[in-house]
Amino acid sequence: MNQRNGRRTTLIASSARVARAALATLLVACAAQAQVAYVSSEKDHALAVIDLKELAVVGSVPTCKRPRHLVQTPDRKQLMVACGESGQLDVIDLATRKSVRRVDVGEDPEAFDLSPDGKTLFISREEDAELAMVDLASGKRIKSVEVGKEPEGVKVSADGKTVYVTSEVASLVHVIDVASGKVVKNVPVGKRPRRFALTPDGSQLWVTNELGASVTVLSTKDHSVIDTIKFEVKGARSSDITPVGITMTADGKHAFVALGRANHVAFIDVASRKVEKLVLAGKRAWGVTLNKAQDRLLVVNGLSDDLTIIDVPAAKALKTLPVGRVPYAAVIVE
Amino acid sequence: MTPRRMLRARSMRIPLGLALSAAAALAQAAAFKVVLLHPADDSRLERSRVERAYLGHPTGPAADGVAAALKEAKLELEAAGASLTLELQPVASTTDAKAAAQKAEKAGALAVLTDLNAEATLAVADAIKLPVLNLSAADDRLRQQDCRARLYHVAPSERMRADALAQTLVARKWPQVLLLTGPTPADAQRAAVVQAALKRYGLKVTATKPFKLSGDPRERDLANPLLLTQGGHDVVWVVDADGEFARSLPYRTATPRPVVGDAGLVAVAWHAQFDRYGAPQVSRRFFKEAKRPISAPDWSAWLAGKALAAAVVAAPKGPAAAVHRALAEGEVDGSQGVPMSFRAWDGQLRQPLLLTDGQGVIGSAPIDGILHPKNNLDTVGADAPEKLCKVTR
Repeated sequence: MNQRNGRRTTLIASSARVARAALATLLVACAAQAQVAYVSSEKDHALAVIDLKELAVVGSVPTCKRPRHLVQTPDRKQLMVACGESGQLDVIDLATRKSVRRVDVGEDPEAFDLSPDGKTLFISREEDAELAMVDLASGKRIKSVEVGKEPEGVKVSADGKTVYVTSEVASLVHVIDVASGKVVKNVPVGKRPRRFALTPDGSQLWVTNELGASVTVLSTKDHSVIDTIKFEVKGARSSDITPVGITMTADGKHAFVALGRANHVAFIDVASRKVEKLVLAGKRAWGVTLNKAQDRLLVVNGLSDDLTIIDVPAAKALKTLPVGRVPYAAVIVE
Repeated sequence: MTPRRMLRARSMRIPLGLALSAAAALAQAAAFKVVLLHPADDSRLERSRVERAYLGHPTGPAADGVAAALKEAKLELEAAGASLTLELQPVASTTDAKAAAQKAEKAGALAVLTDLNAEATLAVADAIKLPVLNLSAADDRLRQQDCRARLYHVAPSERMRADALAQTLVARKWPQVLLLTGPTPADAQRAAVVQAALKRYGLKVTATKPFKLSGDPRERDLANPLLLTQGGHDVVWVVDADGEFARSLPYRTATPRPVVGDAGLVAVAWHAQFDRYGAPQVSRRFFKEAKRPISAPDWSAWLAGKALAAAVVAAPKGPAAAVHRALAEGEVDGSQGVPMSFRAWDGQLRQPLLLTDGQGVIGSAPIDGILHPKNNLDTVGADAPEKLCKVTR
């Protein structure tokens, strides 16, 4: 048509190019320090994506049906999500935020852990009350170990030789030898044991007891009970304190336990096993996860369908974000 | 033999039995057995009734629930070095029930479970010195004037069900209640319990009317839902132990008012659609074992098995008295998110009640915000200070 218009188009095009380049640089810069959290939501069949700088939900990634436990792969390139309803493990590529593979793991998987080399998956399956070991390269189940009903928490030892599984119904921690696929010991803990944390030196295994209002501390050497940490929350009764989620700082100094219907997170000094602080979160606070700098704690609230972001040094909630129906677990990718 | 001599004979038998079980424990796990007494000819389980599946009514034998609980506890029991088995004993009468209970006691049973009416349950409790777990009799008299020291109630009482609904009406602000009552003595008793609950929660009865299942036009005042539900009220509470009339009442009322009680919104111990706190796993496991959906009485039977297994795990080496103590004092996980236990004052299991319309779980009692000085579950049913059960437990 005319020159002016043509020029303008070029101008716009070039400025767009500049902007895009700038944006790309910005993105790269951000990626270096970006903090993005993914939160699984059991009834939305999706992961909510949260920008932890902006403290806002910025997207959603569809998954298989009823996504629950969520783990980042050791190479940090992918997320793995266990889906209770589809009986699958969804593998999400973090660069594209898309599902790249679905591995059939059998009916009703709940929680899982990976071997230190990332090659083997250990997953609890409620339907058949077993721990399944899956070779991730082939997607084949190598072994199944029968455990107590409603198995949940799964934790692999640092050397990859032992895997621990809780049975909510049997109130046991099963100690399983990976090589033989046999239960070598059943350790009675509190009522309805749920999740684990290992101290970084690998010497202690902490187990939350949902109906015991407590954490049982086990020695990984002989699997004896070293201690039981009882929780108390002012204004809440023992029966309303239902600990589920647990995590520890990398230096092994502090542990964080979500207290379920008591709606608080307990900060615990690992050495003295004393509760230092209680921080208010949402309704039925259960999943907890820390960022790398260990200054942000995410708490998933199962009954208020939201996520509370806690400033750890200040021991106070910064913001609570709606994240979808029945959120289960959160992972921070940075 | 005089009673005293009998007592001595028994006390002599105990050390021997203990020695035997100790010897057995060395060789194998401590083996415990419980006996379930159930009606030989159970009219509740006639096909036509089971097919209707009225809320709160049994839809299969109680043995299914107990067996499912013992099966899933097997691993935990094994880990503790014990085993627990179930024996079924059909009984045709109260006398039969008594004799069967005594036989079980003699044979060294750990406890007796009853899926019987109030009269037979009481006869069993009086005949033996073992704990008796009542799976189905909801009669309040068993928790009050007729309570017994070793009688435990897993089934929620009529009063608990009435309290649960009354709390719900308070929470909804539906205070005006029209009460419709069936013709049987059981209905009359249950209606009195409902009236007391309404009074406790400050709700108002606008009218009380009897109903009757009838097609006779001369009895239409008793049988026609439109005529029965005239007048101003917030809600219609129907008391119908049989269930047939109640089932046809919702949506046939003169005014657009909800129905509660034995139809519409019903308070039950469990519902297969409950989906929190691991409940679907319990319902699914039961379905797998029994090949039928779980009903509220099935859950009560399951919980009884669970409570007994938990008590054995707490004292796996026995003696029986230690297991009995663990049963009385221990907590049990009923997959409703709160620890449950037996009330010290009347042996009733403290438990939440689920409110259902038959399609889903609408809510649960105790209702949020109704508080109790010690345990909110104790707002549902008879509380300690009322001292309705005079027996020391």
